[in-house]
Amino acid sequence: MLTSHCIFEGGSLSENKRTALFAVHKRMGARLIPFGGWEMPVEYGGIAKEHAAVRSSAGLFDVSHMGEFEVRGPDALALIQRVTCNDAAQIEDGQAQYSALPYPEGTVVDDLLIYRHNAEHFLLVVNAGNIDKDFEWISTNNSFNARVENISDRISLLALQGPKALEILQKFTNTPLAPIQYYHFARGKVLEADAIISRTGYTGEDGFEIYFSPEHSESIWNAILETGAPHGVLPVGLGARNTLRLEAKLLLYGNDMDQTTSLLEAGLGWIVKLDKTAFVGREALLGQKQEGLKRKLIGFEMLSRDIAREHYPAFVNGTEVGHVTSGSPSITLKKNIGLAYLPAEHSAIGSTFQVSVRGRMCDAQVVRTPFYKRR
Amino acid sequence: MSPDDLLYTKEHEWIRVSDNVGTVGITLFATKELGEVVYIELPKVGDTFKTGDAFGNVESVKAVSELFLPVTGEVTAVNEDLGNAPETLNEDPYNKGWLIEIRMKDPSETSDLMSAEEYDEYTKSEE
Repeated sequence: MLTSHCIFEGGSLSENKRTALFAVHKRMGARLIPFGGWEMPVEYGGIAKEHAAVRSSAGLFDVSHMGEFEVRGPDALALIQRVTCNDAAQIEDGQAQYSALPYPEGTVVDDLLIYRHNAEHFLLVVNAGNIDKDFEWISTNNSFNARVENISDRISLLALQGPKALEILQKFTNTPLAPIQYYHFARGKVLEADAIISRTGYTGEDGFEIYFSPEHSESIWNAILETGAPHGVLPVGLGARNTLRLEAKLLLYGNDMDQTTSLLEAGLGWIVKLDKTAFVGREALLGQKQEGLKRKLIGFEMLSRDIAREHYPAFVNGTEVGHVTSGSPSITLKKNIGLAYLPAEHSAIGSTFQVSVRGRMCDAQVVRTPFYKRR
Repeated sequence: MSPDDLLYTKEHEWIRVSDNVGTVGITLFATKELGEVVYIELPKVGDTFKTGDAFGNVESVKAVSELFLPVTGEVTAVNEDLGNAPETLNEDPYNKGWLIEIRMKDPSETSDLMSAEEYDEYTKSEE
């Protein structure tokens, strides 16, 4: 048996960094794999079970590998407006925004979250594998006087996601959670830790992401799992994180978009605000919009029982026209789903195409996304 | 301890030999590496393979793995029950989770394979 087309591929484990919870994951019997330069849990007791727990109860994720930058000073907003494509001037203190760092060509340095503490203090949250690249990119474009600091090593990040997330987390904080709106955050204590409690996530469920100092990691992790266990709360690894985010059509950097795909092709036009102040990539993105897109990232379902995986080529009438960027069984929907780049003329909902699954042509159909939407 | 009536490959297949017929599956170690199996692609009865040929694929949620045949021969039976119950592979990899039966051309080929003891030693070093 030789495993290939694994969603997680990487170098040897020994070169990788570890989160503050590494020993805890090991003790819990997690399978650890290299991901984005980190040794991370891919599953604890089965991807399908963990996935279902998040949809029906809640799941706890250690996502401390994510990167955090603080941007401070009177020019903080000016720098953020320059390097990101969404309009950061539209968010208020205590609000978060999904955005991206474009290259001048309109392709993607990274996608990120922007948190506004106040007009002169922001927090940027970036992908683990892109921390150094992003920091350098932002610094290179800092012709302002903003102070940018990489604080990734001083932050632990846990995500508690699912319909029971609020009820469980509320037991460990005096900060009222119900009033925190989606994509907003509060600062408060979680157990002993000073935390940012953010109503955000990467699963398609309600839930929270909690940022705090690493020394509190184990006490918060254990408390949530012990209290949550009778409610069906499970620890969740990167395996289910991937199947959850795919069902919700949340994109994964490096798979669904990267330095070779434009933000517009990736379907991220909703975070590209061409009418805000000038930003890196604006001219290219404006040009693409005026010319029309040649290809688009679409969601598809397999019409056969085969599973399409990333990099599998896509065909129309026997001609290779694109490729799959993410593909997996959908645990909630019991179908095989995926995302693929297809020429615009073949991207309409209902269009059919073929995916070459190890040399066999298998039928697939373009469908509406997200594949899964919570009620 | 892996079952001691089977022989094992480095790629984590097992074979149960009875005269010139071999029953082939994948090991418990392999199913743990894979996670929940969701789809299995197997050959047809009558297909012939040489030692080391890929004869099918096992897919879990996160990965697809190619299966290799440890002997030369012709497929005489395929475990059809796995089509609707691929999870059988995780639940009972050495019995109900068998994959194919093969009529071996040269049963002496199995002399290169590992015993249960050797295989357990081998997987310990892979962990």
